[in-house]
Amino acid sequence: MEATAEPKTKDHATLADTFNKDEARVDWHDKTLWFVRQKRDKAAWQIPDWEHLRETASQIKHNVLSNLHHYLTQFEKQAQQNGVTVHWAADAEDHNRIVHGIIQKTGITRVVKSKSMLTEECHLNDYLVAQGIDVVDTDLGERIVQLAGEPPSHIVLPCIHWKKEEIGQLFHKHLGTPEGNSDPQFLAAAARVHLRERFMTSPVAITGVNFAVAETGEIVVCTNEGNADLGVQLADVHIACMGIEKIIPQRKHLGVFLRLLARSATGQPITTYSSHFRKPRPGQQMHIVLVDNGRSERLGSEDFRNALKCIRCGACMNTCPVYRRSGGHSYHYAIAGPIGSILAPGLDMKKNADLPFASTLCGSCSNVCPVKIDIHDQLYKWRQVLAKNGYVSETKKTGMKGMAFVLSRPGLYRFSGAVGRWFSRYLPFTMNNSLNPWYKQREMPQAPKESFGEWYRKNKKRS
Amino acid sequence: MSSREQILANIKKNQPPVTPLPEITQLTTSGLREEKVSKFTSVLQAIGGQVVPADSWDAIAAYVSTQFPSPARTINLVQELAGHLPLAVLEKDPHQLESVTLALLKGHFAVAENGAVWITEARLGDRALPFICEHLALVVHADAIVSTLHDAYERIANEAPYEFGTFIAGPSKTADIEQSLVLGAHGAKTLTLFLLSGN
Repeated sequence: MEATAEPKTKDHATLADTFNKDEARVDWHDKTLWFVRQKRDKAAWQIPDWEHLRETASQIKHNVLSNLHHYLTQFEKQAQQNGVTVHWAADAEDHNRIVHGIIQKTGITRVVKSKSMLTEECHLNDYLVAQGIDVVDTDLGERIVQLAGEPPSHIVLPCIHWKKEEIGQLFHKHLGTPEGNSDPQFLAAAARVHLRERFMTSPVAITGVNFAVAETGEIVVCTNEGNADLGVQLADVHIACMGIEKIIPQRKHLGVFLRLLARSATGQPITTYSSHFRKPRPGQQMHIVLVDNGRSERLGSEDFRNALKCIRCGACMNTCPVYRRSGGHSYHYAIAGPIGSILAPGLDMKKNADLPFASTLCGSCSNVCPVKIDIHDQLYKWRQVLAKNGYVSETKKTGMKGMAFVLSRPGLYRFSGAVGRWFSRYLPFTMNNSLNPWYKQREMPQAPKESFGEWYRKNKKRS
Repeated sequence: MSSREQILANIKKNQPPVTPLPEITQLTTSGLREEKVSKFTSVLQAIGGQVVPADSWDAIAAYVSTQFPSPARTINLVQELAGHLPLAVLEKDPHQLESVTLALLKGHFAVAENGAVWITEARLGDRALPFICEHLALVVHADAIVSTLHDAYERIANEAPYEFGTFIAGPSKTADIEQSLVLGAHGAKTLTLFLLSGN
């Protein structure tokens, strides 16, 4: 932002502008995600206890945060008893180094990886590739964006911004499918063959973790495609990477979270596979990497700790009017949308100062969140933190200060209102021009002759 | 200080005062057998599974032999079907299972609300089998259907401990290309569920 002198990555507004150049695509993107949101509604409405379930999930997660030290050490002990090696990573670099270290010991360079937002957050792929490791993402959507050299644009639907014709072209180039074939059935079958070969020849499999049970030391991984299981069950070494907030106290709590997860994410009653890994199979190595990367710090913030309840379902993105129309890449962070916008500034306030402003604060995100994170309140609170720390642009700051000055002086307020109305009625070009940022993508309304205050005083006397 | 100590110290310092765990027992439900069978059937069909009611093991064997005639490579691990289909003895290397056309397994129980079947390594032969086979057939007794996942975990708590267990709900699938549903992503392309009534 303007508060910093050095050049930075493009901000949300600029990136959204680029996405918005193709209006037809924006409409399509918007509708596709709204369709997913509607599927979520239908699934949720079939559960009479839905709201009770959300509240229960939120309370369980609150208990987890308030007792995280105990649950993590309990989980570690149980997992070790199960024959699992547990690693602790303070930050992204630590995590990447640990994962590479495990791979290096095997002497193997072919690795398959199923979806893990944590490894996206840590930029594990880039790190491994730089170390000469050939890592392939096996979730179809992730493989598509990997082939295209892009990050995912959505945490559950990684290539939601891609059209099938473009995927057809991409597969023609990389997988040798016939040019012009863009049938989803055909393309998915081609990917199945392509990735099956990788599953058969990769002795190391990396997965994410949806839930880790403190009581039993087991981890649960959910997929629809079966890619996590195919990778792990055929590999000699399983590396599971998880943020420390993925812990839940007891196995029975999985009943609550698995009921909420897929319904919130895609409107499915459950993902096709919900696999519970407690012990490695005989002869197999299993590693779990527990990653902090700013989470223990956030735990200390009363305003922002609730973001750690997130189960990564993506419901807040599908419902967000800004996300749907600006695309996941406009958020320039591994996790896009409303939840990403409250997570990212905690990691790097300067780099992500624009994200809490990429919202209308309509509150829809908080209403669909399965663990009841107060997302829109946190967006609002981040704006204040950012302003206090000097990460808000001069234009915005001056505008806000000017507004506060006028709004706290009733006489000045009435006078400015009258002036504003006169100018917009008789000299509209003074407002409808490119110098006014508020005019961008908006039509200025026709100003009324009198303000509500004036109208009220007149009519109150009359009655 | 190691990363572990550093993280744990930071957590201890920062975690808020303990709040109690909510009670979740009131979420468990029980339902009539018929209701559970009909709910389970409709949900599993809606997510792409094929439900085949069968009143005997013979009926299951007959269905398998017509739907998957030899030379399809079938792996049967269901003891009760051994009279019709020999019980398979698996090799140690899971990669050898790549050529399996049909795997026939017996689930522990099923969940009505989401069409999922719970199965653990005790009945999988090899953990890779239900994922690597081209077609998967699961047998579940109609009496072994619970209403919700809460009931499911209550049941799991009373069963023998597992090292690996999974809920399987329908065939593998993806909608990553323009939200078009494609059955048969990386795992089994079809799921046939034999719903056994009687003995």
